[in-house]
Order: sequence, then C-alpha cells, then structure tokens
Amino acid sequence: MRKKTVHINSLKGWLYLLPAILFLGIFMVYPLIDVFVYSFEEGYNSASQTYFGTGFYNYSYVLHDPYFLQAVKNTFILVIITVPLSTGIALLISIGLQAVKPLRELLQTIYFLPYVTNTLAVGMVFMILFKKTAYSEGLINLLITWLGGTGVDFIDGPYWAKMFVLCFYTVWVVMPFKILILTGALAGVDRQYYHAARVDGTSKFRIFMRITLPMISPMIFYLVITGFIGAFKAYSDVVALFGTNLNAAQMNTMVGYVYDMLYGDSGGYPSYASAAAIILFAIILTITCINLLIRLKNQPDS
Amino acid sequence: MQENNKKTSAARLRDLLRKLVHKRRNFLYNKNTAVRADYIKIEKTARRRKKTAGAITYILLSVWAVIVLFPFYWMVLTSVKSYGAYNSEYIPKFFTLSPTLQNYADVFTAVPLGKYLLNTVIFTLATTLLMLVVITLAAFAFARLDFRGKNIVFVIFLSLMMIPNELVIITNYMTVTNLDMRNSFSGLILPSVTSVFYIYLLKENFEQIPDALYYAAKVDGTSDFKYLLKVMIPISKPTLVTVTILKVIECWNSYVWPRLITDDENYFLVSNGIQEIRENGFGRENIPAMMAAVVVISLPLIVLFLIFRKKIMEGVARGGMKG
Repeated sequence: MRKKTVHINSLKGWLYLLPAILFLGIFMVYPLIDVFVYSFEEGYNSASQTYFGTGFYNYSYVLHDPYFLQAVKNTFILVIITVPLSTGIALLISIGLQAVKPLRELLQTIYFLPYVTNTLAVGMVFMILFKKTAYSEGLINLLITWLGGTGVDFIDGPYWAKMFVLCFYTVWVVMPFKILILTGALAGVDRQYYHAARVDGTSKFRIFMRITLPMISPMIFYLVITGFIGAFKAYSDVVALFGTNLNAAQMNTMVGYVYDMLYGDSGGYPSYASAAAIILFAIILTITCINLLIRLKNQPDS
Repeated sequence: MQENNKKTSAARLRDLLRKLVHKRRNFLYNKNTAVRADYIKIEKTARRRKKTAGAITYILLSVWAVIVLFPFYWMVLTSVKSYGAYNSEYIPKFFTLSPTLQNYADVFTAVPLGKYLLNTVIFTLATTLLMLVVITLAAFAFARLDFRGKNIVFVIFLSLMMIPNELVIITNYMTVTNLDMRNSFSGLILPSVTSVFYIYLLKENFEQIPDALYYAAKVDGTSDFKYLLKVMIPISKPTLVTVTILKVIECWNSYVWPRLITDDENYFLVSNGIQEIRENGFGRENIPAMMAAVVVISLPLIVLFLIFRKKIMEGVARGGMKG
C-alpha cells in the first residue's frame, strides 16, 4: 500500500516537471551535446546533412581565419576597456548618489532608463549622433569642431574611432545594472561603522578605503565577473552601430562570428560556428571558474 | 523676619556665585577669542569645502544624467523634423520650430512597423504566459512534492544555468530549420519558454510558505493542483509579477533568435524589424522616419518602466542581467 502511494507521488512529481524537462531537453541539453558533435564533424554539409570525417579541422580552420582573429581582438579590446571603465564610473556615481538626498530618486530613475530600452533601436540613435556624412556633420563632430578639433567619421572611419563609439555605447548600456547593484551595496553598509570612524576623526578618504570598499568589494567583484561575461557576448549593440556586415566593417565580435558562420551571406557552416562557440564558451567558463575559486578562497567557512 | 534674612543671605550668595562664574566665563572668552576666531575660520573652510564637494557631486551626477537622456532627446527631436529639413542641416540644430508628425504616419504606412509591433506583442505575451505555466509547475514540484530523483534533477537544472545561450543556439537553429518551423510563431516562441533561473527564484519563494498550510489543505481533501492554484500562486504573486516583467523586457528586446529564425517580413519582431527598416526601409535613407520608428519601439517599455519602476528595479537587482 505504502509503496504504491510513493510510486504515485513520484509519478506526480515527474508529471509536474515534464514540461520543463521537455523544453530544456530539446532546446538546452540536446544542443549542448550536439554542438560538440558538430564541432568535430569535418566538412559538414547542411543541405545533405553529411560529413566526411572527424577531427580538429574545424577548430584549426577557425583559429586560422583572419575574421575570427579580428573578432577575438575586437572582443578582448572591448572587454578590457569597458569592464573597468564602467565599473569605476558606476562606483563614482553610486557614491555621488549616496551624498545627495533631494534628487536621488529622480536621478536613479534616469540612470536606469538604458536598461529598459531596446539595445538595437537606441544604438541607431548613437549611430546618427556619431556619423559624419557628406551632407551632415553629425552632432559629436560638431562638438569636436567647436572644441577646436577635426571631425572624424566614427561609424565608417578609422578603426579606433569605431572602437571608441562601441566602447562608449557599451558603457552606456551596462551602466544601469552596475549603478543599481552598487547603490544597493552602499546602502547596505552598516551605518555604525561610519559613526565609529567619525568619532575617531577618520578622514573621508580613509573611511572610503578602509570601510566602504572592503564592505562592497564582493559586489564589485560580482559586477566585474558578470561584466566580463556580458562583454564577451557583445553582439546586438555592435549590429546597431555598424550594421549586419560586421566583417567588412572590421568590427565583428566572437558571437557575431558565430552567427555569421551560421546564417546570412557568409553562413551555412554550422561546424565552424560550433567550434567558434565552444572556444568562446571555454573563455567564459574559465572566468566563471576563477570567480568560484576566488569566492571559495575568500570565504572558507561558507 | 529671620526667615526673610536667611533668604536674602542665600540670594546674596547666589549672586556672588553667579558673578564669579560670569567673570570666569568672560576671562575664558577673552583668552579664547583668538582660538575662537581660528575655529570660525576652520568651520567656514570646512563648510566651503563641503559646499564645493556637494557642487562637484551634483555636476558629476548631472553630466551622467545628460549623457543618459541626450540620446532620447535627440531621437524624439529628429523624429519630428521633416525629411527635407533634416537633410538640409549640414550642422545639426538642437531644436526645431516646425515639428511634424509626418514621420510617425510614414512608419505605419511606408514600412510595416504596425505588423512588427503586433508580432512582438503576440510573441511577448505567448512566451511569457507559457513560461509562467512551465516554471510554476516545475517550481511546485521542486518545492512541495517528494519524489525519487528530485535532487539530482535539481542539480542538473542549476548547472544548466551556466550554459550561455550562444552555445545552444546553433543546434536550435538547425532543429527549428529541420522541423520546418522557420518563419512561424512556434519556432520563435518554443525555445525560450523555460528559464532555469526563474524556476529557481520561484522555488525559493514557494518554500517559504509554511508547511502547515499544505497539511491543513490536505486534511480538507484539497488536491495538490488546487492547492497550487488557490494558495501558492496568490501568495507568491509579487515574485510572479517580477518574473513576468523581466521576461516581457527580455522578449521585447530579443534580437538574435528572431533574426536567425525569420526571413519573412510577416514574422519580424521589432528588433530585426528596425534593422530591416534601416537597411532597406524607405527606399532611401530616411533618418527622421527611422527615428520615429525607434521612438515607437522604445515607448512601450519606458511607459512600463515608469509604472512599475520599483518592481522592475527590485527584480533586476535580485538577478536580472541583460541578455
């Protein structure tokens, strides 16, 4: 009797889980295995679904593809510039927000706006702000000439001008999340520490270095890690600025390379796409593991 | 009489004391005037420094506010300039004296933005509703039911959270193509109706509901499903609302999957729709009309945000990440 009820309950549990397992199985677990299979199948033809060998050829092809190397370079530059920059500015702004009372709510609302906007749509606004064409100067170039510089086309111009816009827009997009998390972290620091420090006559800078920073450092660390992962996956903001033909613009990212291999004019090579995606995944996994290791080291008891 | 005398002597003593204290105070005061002047000075500089620090803070904060808001201003401004006016401005103007709504009419007539919007609404609603059903059932199983293998399945679910979407999208693209589901709503919707993270979030919430309620319901003969419907879902409404809003934002902004899976304009969502408008929209490059489309696309989420500001920010802080 008892055995029977256990059995029925078991069945019921699995029944409730069934939709989730089904969807995750089809669109998550199976693809996860399959992507590795694809990446080792040489000469895969998506029309006839045949291949003529297995091995590391796809990886070797991808790693020797100048477009992929360009994409890797772009992605790394983007990551190295935007992650520290956005985290630093977000920290400054959050500290500033702590100090002001009357306008805090309004400012917080404004700062959060980029989070709820369509990355692709607003990216086009950035595109026209920075673009310089034969018949229009563009706003940013107007400001540059006012300040005495010479204008440059940030969208179709030299490499570093394009990279600048991309970094600028990326920082603009990721800022809301960072400000939100950091203001939360700053508000969570126990006031008593500050009172005690003030009684002792500690200077503000010292208070910041010795109390605030250590107290919120786990959150900063969290932001840096999620920032790394997010920036490694950059794609739709790049499309918004430079259009879909990213290889021609020299502005492709690793994710962009994966999609270009899969689809579009240069597409039809799921094996190359898989190999590139796995290389990207390896990088992200490394960062995640470093994250876990440092966390475990910092909190040995928990 | 004697009493009166006593009083006066006491009063006199008091006076004397008062005088002494006063003298002492005066003495101290005179002695300390120099120090006091210094003190006032120090306080003044401190106040000034505080004021400048405050001013710098405000300037810094306003600069960032301007950087955030300016693109929005520019997009609205450009969208109300007429095509001719915009293209004749070699040096862009910061305002316009003759605003026009022609561009807004154009985006609904010259390009099928209305269709894109409708598709996105259908996609967003269907995905979110389906996801709510799937994650509620799964979270209920994890939080309330006991069955063999539960813990193993839960660990597998959690480890799936680490898998980036970019890795599985390749096979999903092939799967959907092979199933002949390209250019269809089912192809668009089905891959994104589960979220392990939201299952996890909801499970945590469900577990906080006291067991006593469940046993009481069991005694009354309530079925598990009815208990989920009548007790757990109403109690967990705040979390469900948060999850819903986050999912709606995610759906509204999704770009990569719709771009891969549709090449028929009738199934475009706003993100790949706007990209299409940009590349081959009006037969010529029409930036004011494009900006009008951008405004139309951005507005729903901004309105949603202004209504549910607190909820959205809380939800994102609890575990939202863009993308």
